[in-house]
Amino acid sequence: MNIVVCVKQVPEVADADLEINKEGTRIEREDLVMDINEWDNYAVEEAVRIKEVYGGTVTVVTLGDEDSEDVLRRALAMGADEAILIDEEGFEASDATGIARGLFRAIHDLSFDLLLTGVQSADDGWGQVGLILAEFLNIPYASMAVGVEIEGGRAIVLRELESNTQEKVELSLPAVLTIQTGINDPRYVSIMGIRKVRNIEIKETRAQELGLSEDEIGAKGSSVASRNLSLPPIGEGAEILTGSLGEICEKAAQIIRDKGGVE
Amino acid sequence: MKEILVLAEHRKGEIREISFEMLALANRLAEENNLSAVALFLGHEASDLSEKLKGACDRIVVMDDPELANYNADPYLLAMELVLKERKPLLTFIGHTATGMDLAPALAARLSLPLATDCLEVNLVDGRIEVIRQIYGGKINAHLTIKPFDQYVFSIRPGSASAEAKQGKSGTAETVPVPSWLDLKGRRFLEYLEAELEDIDISAADILVSIGRGIAKPENIPVAQEFADAIGATLSCSRPVADKEWLPKSRQVGTSGKTVNPKIYIALGISGAFQHQAGMKNANTIIAVNKDPRAPIFNIAHYGIVDDMFKVLPLLKEKFTKK
Repeated sequence: MNIVVCVKQVPEVADADLEINKEGTRIEREDLVMDINEWDNYAVEEAVRIKEVYGGTVTVVTLGDEDSEDVLRRALAMGADEAILIDEEGFEASDATGIARGLFRAIHDLSFDLLLTGVQSADDGWGQVGLILAEFLNIPYASMAVGVEIEGGRAIVLRELESNTQEKVELSLPAVLTIQTGINDPRYVSIMGIRKVRNIEIKETRAQELGLSEDEIGAKGSSVASRNLSLPPIGEGAEILTGSLGEICEKAAQIIRDKGGVE
Repeated sequence: MKEILVLAEHRKGEIREISFEMLALANRLAEENNLSAVALFLGHEASDLSEKLKGACDRIVVMDDPELANYNADPYLLAMELVLKERKPLLTFIGHTATGMDLAPALAARLSLPLATDCLEVNLVDGRIEVIRQIYGGKINAHLTIKPFDQYVFSIRPGSASAEAKQGKSGTAETVPVPSWLDLKGRRFLEYLEAELEDIDISAADILVSIGRGIAKPENIPVAQEFADAIGATLSCSRPVADKEWLPKSRQVGTSGKTVNPKIYIALGISGAFQHQAGMKNANTIIAVNKDPRAPIFNIAHYGIVDDMFKVLPLLKEKFTKK
């Protein structure tokens, strides 16, 4: 069971104070901590678990700058065998199709049974790349996987639907799956673990080597003409309780008593 | 007249609300721009369902085949490919739901059409298409202008337009031929699975104390549980807590978990992704505690406390224990 996993490095924004550049085109990333996209981390773990049961190899691929090597090393430490880094030069301002074109060219000659990636990325959140890849590869897919079993050369996949409902689908292989968070419990990666894989060679490639022309990727290849970013207004709607912490808690307690009939 | 095509979503014999939300959006845009709003219903022997769309669109295009009985990307893609090539709708709307997230990207790729997913707004301004979507987990709004194409595909975030089954229309139904199924790629729908019996029904609770990523580690859960006990509330959570199995999935509020309407919903360390908001925005009173003043939860909360939940909780609990 050979598996390819597409991963992405994203800034951690959950607790961050985001700022937008003055052109309004992107957020300032300098002070942000970069990490593997959460959904992709679950995808790497799922790939390694499948490999541990059925054998084969796991190849991780990313498209990004040289710092993106970190997410590849992390995946290698988790148990991936090979890694490919596609240099982001020329891909800046690509839409999901442009990114998928790069990934497709880098992996379409590999022999694999499953291609996994996260449902979406924590930054742009298009949720498109995995399914575009399936279409380019002309193979079946299922998105939002929360369970995967391999049976008789087929994948039985549980897809997450709304309202605590799932659907079970069957896919012939090779197939593409996009992985939802919570599907597994991703293993911890120690600094020691990353040190152990430091000698594994990361294969590097770039747009020209992949035969991609300027108008297929980047801003030229994107369907987006322009974008303007803004911060949503603070606390639109909510009455923010003010005062000392004691006063705030007293106000909150009064609201709970009034609205909830709590003594 | 150019069309706005809306893929009607249905599951287990019910039209899903997103269908009417998208039709409301389509009707508004159609009126402003002299277009017609067309619902596409893919299903099998379900005329009672497609009938329900009548009041909300100008036309219903029905494709009826056993392959289309339950949603499956494989035949759905062939069906939509045929309809989009025949009718050439200017805009195609698909829900940003478990169905649409599975379908829209592959459809747009197959037909080389531009796709913007998870749109809160779609507008036609002097012939240009502009959309608003959110990035970085709802912390940033992105206004995009799309390059000119003959056709566009958009997936629409649930809840971004209000659903009305009766929009003063009386759409006529038209059944269209099905595509050849020779090009199916090998995905089969097997069955739907419902959640198993649960320890507790959070949707029955009057007061919910709900914890999110801000709880940080499972050892901190008792702090929230003790507060919940002090005010007679039930403990629930957002997705990251259930993903890590710190609380069972049955406690999860949100699109993929439960929808709740308690008297009071107290959100502790929950940023408020739209999937979470969809599950709790109808609570009578929402109180949010979060360190980040820009957390999207404050946009729908009635009251907000911008502070560390671990500083707030002990003090707040005291107000209810000391007599």
